[in-house]
Amino acid sequence: MADQIPFVDYLVLGDEPHLVARECVGCGARYFDRRVACAACGTRDFAAVPVPRTGEVRAFTIVTFAAPGVPVPFVAALVDCDGTSVRGNLVGVDPDPEHVHLGMKVALTTYVTGTDAAGVDAVNYGFAPVGG
Amino acid sequence: MSDDLWILGIHMTKFGKHPDLDLVDLAGQAALAALDDGGVDMRQVQVLAAGNLLGGAGSIGQAVQKQIGQTGIPVYNVANACATGATALRTVCMAIKAGEADTGLAVGVEKLSGAGLLGARPRTEQEGEWKRSGRFGAVQPTDGFIGTESMAGVFAQVGMEYGHRYGGTDFELFARISEKNHAHSTLNPLAAYSKRMSLEQIMGDVMIAYPNTRPMCSANCDGAAAAVVVSDAKLRTLDPDQRRRAVRIRASVLTTDPWEEACQVLPNVNTLTRNAATQAYEQAGVGPDDLDLVELHDCFATAELVHYDNLMLCEQGGAVDFFNSGAPWRDGRMPVNVSGGLQSKGHPIAATGIANVWEVATHLRGEAGPRQIEGARVGLAHVIGLGSACGVHILEKAAA
Ligand SMILES: [Zn+2]
Repeated sequence: MADQIPFVDYLVLGDEPHLVARECVGCGARYFDRRVACAACGTRDFAAVPVPRTGEVRAFTIVTFAAPGVPVPFVAALVDCDGTSVRGNLVGVDPDPEHVHLGMKVALTTYVTGTDAAGVDAVNYGFAPVGG
Repeated sequence: MSDDLWILGIHMTKFGKHPDLDLVDLAGQAALAALDDGGVDMRQVQVLAAGNLLGGAGSIGQAVQKQIGQTGIPVYNVANACATGATALRTVCMAIKAGEADTGLAVGVEKLSGAGLLGARPRTEQEGEWKRSGRFGAVQPTDGFIGTESMAGVFAQVGMEYGHRYGGTDFELFARISEKNHAHSTLNPLAAYSKRMSLEQIMGDVMIAYPNTRPMCSANCDGAAAAVVVSDAKLRTLDPDQRRRAVRIRASVLTTDPWEEACQVLPNVNTLTRNAATQAYEQAGVGPDDLDLVELHDCFATAELVHYDNLMLCEQGGAVDFFNSGAPWRDGRMPVNVSGGLQSKGHPIAATGIANVWEVATHLRGEAGPRQIEGARVGLAHVIGLGSACGVHILEKAAA
């Protein structure tokens, strides 16, 4: 079985794949990228916190025209995971406005984006519709 | 005598394709025309601020000086995304306010004809083994895999988020905003595109990032704009003819995006615009109801909607009703983007923040020809660049 690595360093794989945010210990602001200090309050210490795996689509776009090499169409979205905003693609849904809706309930899922020369899979996250 | 600053001369080149002119030619032409318009020359100018964002020109200000006058004055080369032109203007205003100059020149120039999708970088093929890079520790570029980096996609989400919050938006509403701007452009001979487009044409055109089709995106083109700014004391020494056409800068404001939840995920273009507008209205001592026209940063149709609200042209959450009332059409209560806006006039990035001021100033001078907003006395020019930076200028017609 091929080895797997997460697409980004804030994705944790395993039985329950989830995202981990760097949370400011001073004010609770959450970041997915590496930070020197908190942009909200200046505190320099962060703690790793898991982000809820389900959320609601607060904004989306269906990108049909992108840079060369980026597969289109895809649905880019802003997902509100119980108070933590997450950027990600919507997957497992037809990329058209009849199937994608504001306020849609979604859950984190993972998929393989590619395999490198050593046979290691890169595993990315996306959000798929849940329920009806 | 007051602290007010004045636009003495201002110019915008034709926006469109200028295959035979380079950045320096275009910027030089705009600068000279602005000086001529103000009735001054480079020997009176004591500070120059210049911007070019994507041309790789390096020190564009010094390059322009080589064409129009190497007088040894300080040059500030500025870059602030789509607010670069407004930043150049603001820089000159600050120098004059600080008392270091009484006359300044601001120039912005860009050549984007034929440029593709902005914000998106071509992918490079993965070779060998996965290696993490960047601040997200990603093994591959994230564009297209974790959301989008294309401007059309980012601003599409900005409009959609407004729709989610307040309701009333759909594809057709955003397309109708674009229909307005394309209709306005037919009266603007300097616009890159000045063809009226039907709603069907706009909605049926190539989809770039839903709900923005191609005509709902700002038009890449070439262009330059320049402005000469003087202090109130300086203006008083000039001829009546120069003074009569001078336009008073009632407010000059630049803001950046304060931290808010979600701003790391989707740039928040709202709060910094609202903050800039609030400061500008306060500085100017006017309110939104006093405005006779507004040029706002409609880089995409989805962006124009949210800025009705951010600039407080309507009550909070009321942008859809505001548009549906017909208010922002040129014969409406609050004409918005009578130039045709970035979607048809064009968006040569670093020129835009001065070109918007030119449009407003031209109406205040009563010199806008067939597209003149009759009796215009006060107007507002707004730009925003992702990153983010927002420039707002409020201008007032000279007292007779
Ligand atoms: Zn903090």
